[in-house]
Amino acid sequence: MAWISIFLLFSFSLPAFASESSAEVNNFLSAAFKESPEIHDVWLSGDLRPIVRDILHHDYPLARVKYWRIDQRTAWVLDEIGKERPITVGIVIDQGRIEKVQVLIYRESRGWEVKSPIFTAQFDGAQLDKDLRLDRTIDGISGATLSVRALQKLTRLALLLNQTIMTGEHP
Amino acid sequence: MNLNIFRHISALALLIPIGATAADATLEQRVERLEAQLEASNNRTQASLNDQLPRTHFGSYGELHLNKLKNRNGSDKDELDIHRFVIFMSHDFDEQTRLFSELEVEHSNTDNSGVVTLEQAYIEFAANDAMSIKAGMMLMPVGIISETHEPPTFYGVERNPVETNIIPTTWSEGGIAMSNRLQNGLSFDLAITSGLATSATANYAVRAGRQNTSKAMAANAAYTGRLKWTGMPGLELVATLHRQSDITQSTDATAGAATLYETHAVISRGAFSLRALYAAWRLDGSGPASAGADKQNGWYAEPSWRLTEQWGVFARYSSWDNRAGDTSDSHFRQVDLGMNFWPHPDLVIKMDYQNQRSPSGQNEYDGINLGLGYQF
Repeated sequence: MAWISIFLLFSFSLPAFASESSAEVNNFLSAAFKESPEIHDVWLSGDLRPIVRDILHHDYPLARVKYWRIDQRTAWVLDEIGKERPITVGIVIDQGRIEKVQVLIYRESRGWEVKSPIFTAQFDGAQLDKDLRLDRTIDGISGATLSVRALQKLTRLALLLNQTIMTGEHP
Repeated sequence: MNLNIFRHISALALLIPIGATAADATLEQRVERLEAQLEASNNRTQASLNDQLPRTHFGSYGELHLNKLKNRNGSDKDELDIHRFVIFMSHDFDEQTRLFSELEVEHSNTDNSGVVTLEQAYIEFAANDAMSIKAGMMLMPVGIISETHEPPTFYGVERNPVETNIIPTTWSEGGIAMSNRLQNGLSFDLAITSGLATSATANYAVRAGRQNTSKAMAANAAYTGRLKWTGMPGLELVATLHRQSDITQSTDATAGAATLYETHAVISRGAFSLRALYAAWRLDGSGPASAGADKQNGWYAEPSWRLTEQWGVFARYSSWDNRAGDTSDSHFRQVDLGMNFWPHPDLVIKMDYQNQRSPSGQNEYDGINLGLGYQF
């Protein structure tokens, strides 16, 4: 009974479950830009589509992706399934390099360690190499292989799309 | 399809000559309205992307093994075996509550020593962003590969012998458990579950005591606590304590309580990784002591090197003893050397060489293992 009491104590003493709303996205964008960014979108069609498929190992579920931009800084909000559920990730890119990666909504039951800023800081400064891979190794998390892989895919995708819109062409 | 129509209409808009007439203005207004609809459509699509996903998920993992092993003290093992074929199914009742289950077939069919086993079946409730509670049949929170055991996630064709014989992985119990995430990478798990039910005829080996929540004797509950620290990328430090008041479920008056101590570290730095684990049982009572099974322990260390994204090599030294409480020779050791090849991140082909040192008269398998595994 004592153990059950401890369970109940923890159940009622912690804050409510975070609702999955656009609040996380708005907070992310507010922190990313001091001024209101322009809103654009990029079509995942034509030659771009097979490159996206190579990165994700499947098509992205939307035909076009929205992004926010001021000069050379862009922000992206992308989703990728870890094991069962989508992970929503915000990515800021400046001058072709990752400035910030933030897990906005994590829905999987395991692998929550990828939310840690200490983990996501590994992506800071990363850019794509000629093979469209990150130019650095990301140290993984035991038991969170699929979530780590999802973040790597999304950062590569964001860098690819950023390169596409900045140069008007893609590899 | 609708998006393509909007794109074509938008393209037509480019053909509208500058210098609008009244009719042109009307057309421009229509195009603007269509563009606004397109924007709204994309916003709705993005917002509802997560809602559109199915609430019931299916997945699977499996592994085919070829063992070509010489036995110095018995029959050789020349065997091709669908060791495991597992189907998992989960269902989200709502954002906070879900069912998770795994159904496993071992060794292909039940006519030839195979078994059909329910490995997990529990309801999980996410009380908030930091805490979840689950109730049902679940994997015990102990060891490295107990909870993450899909073939592409570990080196070696067979699971390592220390976690197999000492922890004993894969180890499911029925009960209730709580996971809680604290700050700075610290988390803990608490569980109240059914326990093992080993016996004198099995020399009190813990692995023989797994009941798989199948009409399991539940006279004596088990309590498990795990503390995990993952506050630094590429580093996991864990300590687990498990205690049950009678490891024979009160069927043996000469046996009593049992305690498992387990600790492990997983280090990943670039291409290099190291897994190291120590686990030890202490069994009370004159029965286990007379069999030397009052102490059962083991450890292993496994360095590995990811040569490329597709290739990795590893070495492992394992040492374990299920009857370490007396002076008789019961100590096993094993060296493994091998490689993994991932043609796809969720597919793996494995090969390794194993060399065992076994107590006198015990099976001592040396040779080659080949494996094919997948997960999705």
